[in-house]
Amino acid sequence: MDDVLRDFLTESAEGLAQLDLDIVELERNPHSAELINRIFRAIHTIKGTCGFLDLTRLERVAHVTESVLMLVRERTLDATRPVVDDVLAGVDAIKAILAVLEASEQEPAGDDSAVIARLERWLESGAAPDPSPIAVPTTQTAVRAPVATTAAAPAAMATAAESTEGTSGEGRQSASESSLRVNVVLLDKLMNLVGELVLGRNQLIQLATGTEDSVFEKPVQHLNRVTTDLQEAVMKTRMQPIGAAWSKMPRLVRDLSTASGKQINLELHGAETDLDRQVLQAIQDPLTHMVRNSADHGIEHAADRVAAGKPAAGTIRLNAYHEGGHVILEIGDDGAGINIERVRQKAIERGLVKAEAAASLSDAHVLRFIFEPGFSTASQVTSVSGRGVGMDVVRSNIERIGGTVELQSRAGEGSTVRVKIPLTLAIISALVVAAGSQVFAIPQIGVVELVRVTEEQQHRMEKVHGVRFFRLRDTLLPIVDLATLLALNSATERTEFNIVVCQVGNLRFGLVVDEVFDTQEIVVKPMGRLVKHVSVYSGCTILGDGRVIMILDPTGIASTAMNAVQAERTAPSRAVEAESTQQADRESILLFDAGFPALQAVPLSRVARLEEFSADQIEEADGRLLVQYRGALLPVIPANPLMDVRARSPRQVVVFAHDGRSMGLAVEAIHDIVDERISLEANAHRPGVLGVGVINGKATEIIDISHFLRQAHGPSAVEVPV
Amino acid sequence: MSIIASNGFVTFRVNDQWLGVPVSIVQEVLLAQRLAIVPLAPAEVAGFLNLRGQIVTALDLRTRLDIEGESALDTAMNVVVRHEDELFSLLVDEVADVLAIERERIEPVPATLDACWRAVSRGIVRRDADLLVILDVGALLRADAVTS
Repeated sequence: MDDVLRDFLTESAEGLAQLDLDIVELERNPHSAELINRIFRAIHTIKGTCGFLDLTRLERVAHVTESVLMLVRERTLDATRPVVDDVLAGVDAIKAILAVLEASEQEPAGDDSAVIARLERWLESGAAPDPSPIAVPTTQTAVRAPVATTAAAPAAMATAAESTEGTSGEGRQSASESSLRVNVVLLDKLMNLVGELVLGRNQLIQLATGTEDSVFEKPVQHLNRVTTDLQEAVMKTRMQPIGAAWSKMPRLVRDLSTASGKQINLELHGAETDLDRQVLQAIQDPLTHMVRNSADHGIEHAADRVAAGKPAAGTIRLNAYHEGGHVILEIGDDGAGINIERVRQKAIERGLVKAEAAASLSDAHVLRFIFEPGFSTASQVTSVSGRGVGMDVVRSNIERIGGTVELQSRAGEGSTVRVKIPLTLAIISALVVAAGSQVFAIPQIGVVELVRVTEEQQHRMEKVHGVRFFRLRDTLLPIVDLATLLALNSATERTEFNIVVCQVGNLRFGLVVDEVFDTQEIVVKPMGRLVKHVSVYSGCTILGDGRVIMILDPTGIASTAMNAVQAERTAPSRAVEAESTQQADRESILLFDAGFPALQAVPLSRVARLEEFSADQIEEADGRLLVQYRGALLPVIPANPLMDVRARSPRQVVVFAHDGRSMGLAVEAIHDIVDERISLEANAHRPGVLGVGVINGKATEIIDISHFLRQAHGPSAVEVPV
Repeated sequence: MSIIASNGFVTFRVNDQWLGVPVSIVQEVLLAQRLAIVPLAPAEVAGFLNLRGQIVTALDLRTRLDIEGESALDTAMNVVVRHEDELFSLLVDEVADVLAIERERIEPVPATLDACWRAVSRGIVRRDADLLVILDVGALLRADAVTS
């Protein structure tokens, strides 16, 4: 691209970003000479350069926009809402042309006569200082939506493109002298080099700490300090205030309030909060979407608000601040809040949750459905939102940069989306772990907690329907074995291991690893085209000792693991057959304790599910114990006739299904799942026991499922083969 | 140095097959390097190596080109090439001289050659004792052509 053209485009883009803010502000403050001058100058600069570059279409629009602004500057025309509307339309036309110009280096063909005509109207009436307000289709009071900027907002303006401190051209001069325009590519390169330096420093520290009283100790310490400072300073050069991403918001909110006929104020807090430009770019679209959502779904119409005892004008509040290496971004409104019941209903309709399960979900849990693909509760599609593409895209965009998003809402008081994003993407804090004798890094932001599983706690591992679970406090945590998932040969049967509990959106799962080392600041490096498609990684990094290790992506791991389970389930027969011929009819056996001296066993293939019911869920009727379960009554039979089922809460229940009928067997505890061959070595004496076999070197009772099914459903229950 | 001309080719051997790539894209040749294995990566990706802080994807040419013999990754030589601003190392058994080859000597790939080879070859050079296949690095490194 031609240098002159590129400079022109860069300069115009900066000017236009500020222009939107200024024009909206002008409406609120129509007599500020400083504002008018600045707007006028920005348009004038564009127009002037247009002539030089022979961009005739752009020049015509810029010219007429400038002429209208001239009248405003001369005070022959007031900056009323309709005037501002038309000036904004002119600015939009300019932007559209610039966008094409940037992409194609050609001024696009097109017709701007409509916009020009609108603007020219003001030129004709400009002689009359007070343009007739009757020309406005709706009355001033109904549409009036002052986009108020509160006390914090001036800070935003100040940190944006230029300083507002100077009252005229001189102020601008000094601002531009103290700063320098640097190519982003150069900054990125600088960042990479600092990354290398950090690695070199880490390496050196490792070497230096190995020797005592080393002569290197002092210089290494010095290097360490300088490197850290340098890293911070270079990071800062890439930082931009979040206000830069907010600069479009006042205009956006103004447009939305006009389109919807609602009165909306915008509050900006913490616009000076810095974050990496890469992160800033990544949140721009999600942010816009969330503000649209607030304006469209959140804020009510003035009449409804007044009826609800709230001020007629709604408020959308953007708040940003730093919190422990992250940036917290809140997008809140004081609107109607989210109708949780409707979300619950919608979730059931869309099959995301069963009706009976939905009733017991907490409000917070229900709100998370909003982030599911294609989920929209807007009863009608408006021009702004409600098309069902929405919060899921917001979530995935934010998760892609390692962020998290949560939603809070109170009926009648409004909703707040809280986004947590990393300060920078280039250097992250990560947990270093080992699995199958390989080392990996897991981004700290996705890690919820670490659980060390000792030999005695192994029984808390369970397997249901091909998925392994770990009983963590009150929940069953799905388990993914990292070594298995990555097809690494895990050395031996582990007696002790670690579970890294990861959170991906709504899903929490445990990643089994052999060892957990420490947390490190790592430099994220891209993986290269041949490996990029492997979704379990988000990148790679170089450790202090020069080793390259992979950075795991919990999102990719979750989906890969889920696919693996599905594949196993859909094509099980063959694999099982092949395996069984090799392994001499071994099968998975669930071992449980029923309060008898010996453990009891049942083939896992007969088990439908493992459940936990609290004592008050287990009801007594017709002389039987029943649980309302999946829309039906599930009879619960104690595995031991002496057991008081409701004495323990929650009670562990093994659910069997046969011929469409289910039965729950109440047990004292699930003990283990083992792969063993069942062979009955002694006949049974007690009813409910098929026989006794040896499992894990211990005499174990193999239970007779049909006995319990008969107990639950009467003697007609069909015989179940074992 | 006439051999480092635009018609220079770095030549190397995998099993008994001699191959060549333009010298202009070769950044350096290295002895065996420590490779970081990348589980679940395509079979021909032997791993990553750290070249002065840059990540280099090591491509096992034996697997990629389906050449006979056991891959000996711990003794393989690395021909480091730059392609579209990314570094790759071609793992080979032996690296030989840089040869200057006149354009006329490079013959088109015969249609009878295996499809996989035809896709990654730019031409063939007849030599006294053997044939030298000139590789098309772009085709060799096309992610979608790589088997998984």
